[in-house]
Amino acid sequence: MDLSTTYMGLALRSPLVPSAGPYAEKVESLQALEDAGAGAVVLHSLFEEQIRAEERELVMRTEAGADSFAEALSYFPEPSEYRLGTEQYLHHITTLKRALHIPVIASLNGVTPGGWTSYAKKMESAGADALELNIYFMAADPAEGSAQVESRYLEIVRAVKAQVKIPVAVKLSSQFTSIANMARRLDEAGADGLVLFNRFYQPDFDLETLEVTPNLVLSTSWESRFAMRWIGVLCGKVKAGLAATGGVHTHEDAVKLIMSGADIVQICSAILTHGPKRLAEIEKAMREWMAAHEYESVKQMKGSMSQRNVADPASYARANYMKVLTSYR
Amino acid sequence: MSERKMVTIDGNEAAASTAHRINEVCAIYPITPSSNMGEWADQWSAEGRVNIWGTVPSVVELQSEGGASGAVHGALTTGALTTTFTASQGLLLMIPNMFKIAGELTSTVFHVTARSVATHALSIFGDHSDVMAARPTGFAMLASNSVQEVHDCAVIAQAASLASRVPFLHFFDGFRTSHEVQKIEELADEDLRAMMDEEHIRAHRERALSPDRPMLRGTAQNPDVFFQARERLSPYYAACPGHVQAAMDKFAKITGRQYHLFDYEGAPDAERVIILMGSGGETAHETVEYLNARGEKVGVLKVRLYRPFDAAALLRALPATVKRIAVLDRHKEPGASGEPLYQDVVTSLAEARVSGNWPFAVEPRVIGGRYGLSSKEFNSAMVKGVFDELARELPKNHFTIGINDDVSHTSLPYAPEFSTEPDNVVRALFYGLGSDGTVGANKNSIKIIGEDTPNWAQGYFVYDSKKAGAVTVSHLRFGPKPIRSTYLINQASFIACHQWVFHERYDMLANAMPGAIFLVNAVYGPGELWDHLPRETQQQLIDKKMKLYTIDAFEVGRQTGMGVRINTIMQTCFFAISGVLPRDEAIAAIKYAVKKTYGNKGEEVVRQNFSAIDQTLANLHEVKVPERVTSTLTRPPLVPAEAPEFVQNVIAPILGGRGDSLPVSAFPVDGTFPTATAQWEKRNIALEIPVWDPEICIQCGKCSLVCPHASIRPKIYDPKLLEKAPPTFKHTAYKGKEYPGMSLTYQVAPEDCTGCGLCVDVCPARSKSEVKHKAINMEEQSPLRVAERANYAFFLGLADMDRGQVRIDQVKGSQLLRPLFEYSGACAGCGETPYVKLLTQLFGDRAIIANATGCSSIYGANLPTTPYAVNADGRGPAWSNSLFEDNAEFGFGFRLTIDKHHEYAVELLHRLAGKIGDDLVTALVTADQKTESGIAQQRDRVVTLRKRLEGMTGWETNHLASLADYLVKKSVWIVGGDGWAYDIGYGGLDHVIASGRNVNLLVLDTEVYSNTGGQASKSTPRGAVAKFAASGKPLAKKDLALQAMSYGSVYVARVAMGARDQQTLTAFLEADAYEGPSIIIAYSHCIAHGIDMTTGMQNQKAAVDSGYWVLMRYNPESAMRGENPLKLDSPAPKISLKDYAYRETRYKMLTKSKPEEAARLLVLAQEDVRSRWQFYEQMAKLHYGKVDGAEAAGTAEKAE
Repeated sequence: MDLSTTYMGLALRSPLVPSAGPYAEKVESLQALEDAGAGAVVLHSLFEEQIRAEERELVMRTEAGADSFAEALSYFPEPSEYRLGTEQYLHHITTLKRALHIPVIASLNGVTPGGWTSYAKKMESAGADALELNIYFMAADPAEGSAQVESRYLEIVRAVKAQVKIPVAVKLSSQFTSIANMARRLDEAGADGLVLFNRFYQPDFDLETLEVTPNLVLSTSWESRFAMRWIGVLCGKVKAGLAATGGVHTHEDAVKLIMSGADIVQICSAILTHGPKRLAEIEKAMREWMAAHEYESVKQMKGSMSQRNVADPASYARANYMKVLTSYR
Repeated sequence: MSERKMVTIDGNEAAASTAHRINEVCAIYPITPSSNMGEWADQWSAEGRVNIWGTVPSVVELQSEGGASGAVHGALTTGALTTTFTASQGLLLMIPNMFKIAGELTSTVFHVTARSVATHALSIFGDHSDVMAARPTGFAMLASNSVQEVHDCAVIAQAASLASRVPFLHFFDGFRTSHEVQKIEELADEDLRAMMDEEHIRAHRERALSPDRPMLRGTAQNPDVFFQARERLSPYYAACPGHVQAAMDKFAKITGRQYHLFDYEGAPDAERVIILMGSGGETAHETVEYLNARGEKVGVLKVRLYRPFDAAALLRALPATVKRIAVLDRHKEPGASGEPLYQDVVTSLAEARVSGNWPFAVEPRVIGGRYGLSSKEFNSAMVKGVFDELARELPKNHFTIGINDDVSHTSLPYAPEFSTEPDNVVRALFYGLGSDGTVGANKNSIKIIGEDTPNWAQGYFVYDSKKAGAVTVSHLRFGPKPIRSTYLINQASFIACHQWVFHERYDMLANAMPGAIFLVNAVYGPGELWDHLPRETQQQLIDKKMKLYTIDAFEVGRQTGMGVRINTIMQTCFFAISGVLPRDEAIAAIKYAVKKTYGNKGEEVVRQNFSAIDQTLANLHEVKVPERVTSTLTRPPLVPAEAPEFVQNVIAPILGGRGDSLPVSAFPVDGTFPTATAQWEKRNIALEIPVWDPEICIQCGKCSLVCPHASIRPKIYDPKLLEKAPPTFKHTAYKGKEYPGMSLTYQVAPEDCTGCGLCVDVCPARSKSEVKHKAINMEEQSPLRVAERANYAFFLGLADMDRGQVRIDQVKGSQLLRPLFEYSGACAGCGETPYVKLLTQLFGDRAIIANATGCSSIYGANLPTTPYAVNADGRGPAWSNSLFEDNAEFGFGFRLTIDKHHEYAVELLHRLAGKIGDDLVTALVTADQKTESGIAQQRDRVVTLRKRLEGMTGWETNHLASLADYLVKKSVWIVGGDGWAYDIGYGGLDHVIASGRNVNLLVLDTEVYSNTGGQASKSTPRGAVAKFAASGKPLAKKDLALQAMSYGSVYVARVAMGARDQQTLTAFLEADAYEGPSIIIAYSHCIAHGIDMTTGMQNQKAAVDSGYWVLMRYNPESAMRGENPLKLDSPAPKISLKDYAYRETRYKMLTKSKPEEAARLLVLAQEDVRSRWQFYEQMAKLHYGKVDGAEAAGTAEKAE
């Protein structure tokens, strides 16, 4: 059984890839995932805000109260060197490159095409095989129109592409008026891969403290259908590689996404809930399914049910909606 | 020989740089102004910097200077090259070991920043009283006068000590030299190696104690031999000066800088000579050059080797022509026939004359005088004054210079306007706030000019006595020649005002020279600036023909994300206008400096600074100074007219920066000062103040409880009183049932509030329709100032509630008690002062406080004002500070007096019962003073007693009259920080809590030496970064509560107001009620934790939620009732330690400097939390069976 696949020019032994998640912070966890069969790893995101905030906070907090009172001209020792979050992240990439055999995809999370994109270059130098740009942008400003939002994405992609030679994937939100058009423009802007889709965490209220609290709800299999549709639509229509993310919990989810055209499927919630071994379980089940259904390779399966390869392409579009409605009768 | 670098560093770094490279062990303890030497040494060792022999010196912190000197003695005795750094009381604590080290002829150098020893008051500033106190120890003493000399003499002393075997005390003036930044030539490692004689080092090691060649030291000797044995070392002292001169000569060969035991500067045929040592020598040198260039014949003799005193060298150094000598001592020895250096000189001359070894043509007349105590200014005008005095026919002996002694009339006159400042020196004065980064930027400017240009540079910084809203004045000099001016700038060519509020407080232009530049940071444009300046400022600008520039630095700060840190912006302006460097060159240099300063903290900060620099020049404008004064504004008086006389006459001048002008007679003879003075100092430092919304308020009192500055307070009063209220005075009906029909107001003190925001953060009441709107909200201060000032005055005029009527055991009720600790100079958002304030609310009218040296003694009693206040009856806390190390014992002494006087008063009552009346005597003796009303009744009885005593006579009556107040309950509170309680004062604390006496100890636990800048104590938690624990504290915090509990007879509480305020209150009340020793350990968030001070109370809560800070009370009275005395007041850990700790930079910093170590320590610290919680939980569940007589008897019965 040949599970190998190609994603953004990277030859991977398997399409199953753990997506950016907290387990990526530990070398041991990623080694366990490699042992469990991962085709590559996507690291947790280095956040633009984190970079800026961390640097500012360090200066602000260590300088607070300094040079005010004759007896206490400072309150902290001043190390000549710091290993800021960014440096630790880069160091992490280097360590992982030594510890792992599979490709390492670094992840950068930001919303403005500012100076932080220079970190892409540093990630490349640290040894990352590819980059995933997580553009986690909430268009909450009524003054910012859809065209501006879209050009923000394109600018970031161009800025990062100008910095690096390694492939760059864009993880984007599903909230575009025309996803297909956006995908094509990102493709044209130079994105080597599209990761569909970003999940936005929804805020929650703490009714006792009356505070807005962040809230993490893990995905369910159902969510993967969303990526399935759009990967199916885009398959063959963009040069960029396609990665599915969100809602991959079972081998069936994985198989469906590959059939729709995904080069890789990224898995997060299932690993968070069940640990790295779940990846091996999904792979085993996938192999069994493929064997039972006489598939020889992932390549053979890939895109086999994409929009252009299904008998009724309209089933991907509005027709599908009507069909669903009528099926309820 | 490698090339030597020019560096701009201060005296402390200069000393440490040499000492760290030529020692193997440093045993240290923080004390101002020497702490930085230990900090440098610790940091360099933490970073793996090696000494000249390639090994990293071992740097260890001890629990006190006594401990440090013991460790030094031990390390020396076993052969390591060992040093320490100290000052003042620290040096005094080392004296016992110094006698030993010297008596054993052991080579070492102690580097000392000479500082005043506390007498009538503590002072952190410089004079020679500490060094003089160490004279009899047998240490050689070498004085350095400047930063370069400190760097050089550190190694000269070491070489001479190893050669002579005599230990050395190398000293330089605290602050003036230790903190002055100067451009110096840095000694290369090769230089130091060339100075260190390998043979001497080998000999030093061979003298060490070793079981491989055993010997004995520290014998006890008896009358038969001690004397002779003590005389045995004399030849070494006789030889010592020769070794020092030899080391100086060797040093001169290596570096070209020649020093002598006594260095004479001036005319070879001078008739008048000043002799002195320390930084004043440089100013005298500058003055001598100036005067001689104008035809005078004067000289100065700088004493370098003060002990052993080489009289022959002194005589050789003096010109034979000298007729008049003035010896200046930076020291006062009351009752002596003269100060020490004077006596040494007089003795040397007398002995020389008797012996016939007499170089002088005529016998010089010698006078002695005191100068410069506690860093009192010593400038060229004063030097000139001394020379002028020497020229008089009968010069005054035992004089003082620099003050106006209108009591004993010792002071010499001098002309303050006399100046020797050369024309080619740029002299710049900067008025800034600690928080705006002015000092940091100026230090950078000095580096830029000192290290990147051939110019010489000097910087000296004057700081505030307050921690919140602290004002800093920077004195910078740049010039083509080395700068010897060791005094403040009084003829400035450039003056910058970084904060608008200074215009109403300081006469900034008093020190401007004609034609000087004045740079003002203002929100007003160049067109409107002039009209906003006060008349006094306008007049000086015109009179002195000054140039005026303005910038809105805050606007540039806002645009570029720099916020209120306007340092880089103002620095750019300075370079742009002052012309010290060509503009482009200067801008490039500033950017380079920014990159050097912030580069290690990331590109973002560098980018922000660059953008600020670039935007500055476009916003900098020159304002043409008009010909006439037009302003309608005048500088307001510093204190209001209704302030008491002492405040008007003494405190107000100090507030205005004119304390130097106060005469001797202005001061109390014994260091006592009135309390309740902070109320007269309206500092207006808050940009925003809380505004109360009575509609939303639930009247819980939490805002008032947490306010560090007693600037928000509730009062309950009769609504009828509102008739006279100002129009904007807010009030509402009181909600509780206990005071029906009464009105309530929470009032803010608008001019005293520091704007910290703690009150808003803890306010639990939110608007139902807009959650961000609380019952108090921060709003801009300036539009509210006038109206709220009137409201606050009205509020203060409302009577305080009768203490007997208040439910003091509830937070809400406790806040109706008037705080007798208000408007302190503590940091905005201070975590300590809310506890101190609560103490004064609950017990202030009967409290006597012993305060350990530290933050609480500084915000408690650093002049000009004190926050300790009095109530309407004139009662309030009585307060004193003895030392750092003895505070528990000091307060214990209070208790001894109170108990003795109470006991004696009772005895006298009984003796005089016949005359006083049995009923009154019985009532007085048996009074129940457990409640506020009980105490009030007893006070009334004492009034009655006094009346009856008035009609009586006899010595017993007189004694009783003077002791009657002791019949009323007194609360003794012993207050201090963790440096005192866990480290230096622990031995005493332990003894005092073991005494069984009724004292209350309040430990304000910031887990670090806050006042001296954040050095680790034994309270510092595992994993936190502190100075002296730059790699994270490796071991867990000491559990002081557990140690105290081990006695079983001590009331112990651990509290955190931000977590459970009611538990804090209960603990204070129980501690006071317990008739034995009590200790409260109070979590105090602190600026040294690297936190957002506005949310400090949340950090307290997180500390408790994580189980790190277990709230508990241990009451021995429960055990007597057969109950478990330990009550846990916080639940099992709810959040991980990480979730608490990583809110704070002190922990988080380690994840950025040493991430692996941070991870390792976090795991261990979490385990500490788990195991401690388990331990406490089990202790609290232990069954305490009652074992008393009855039970024992019962057991016996059953056995029958």
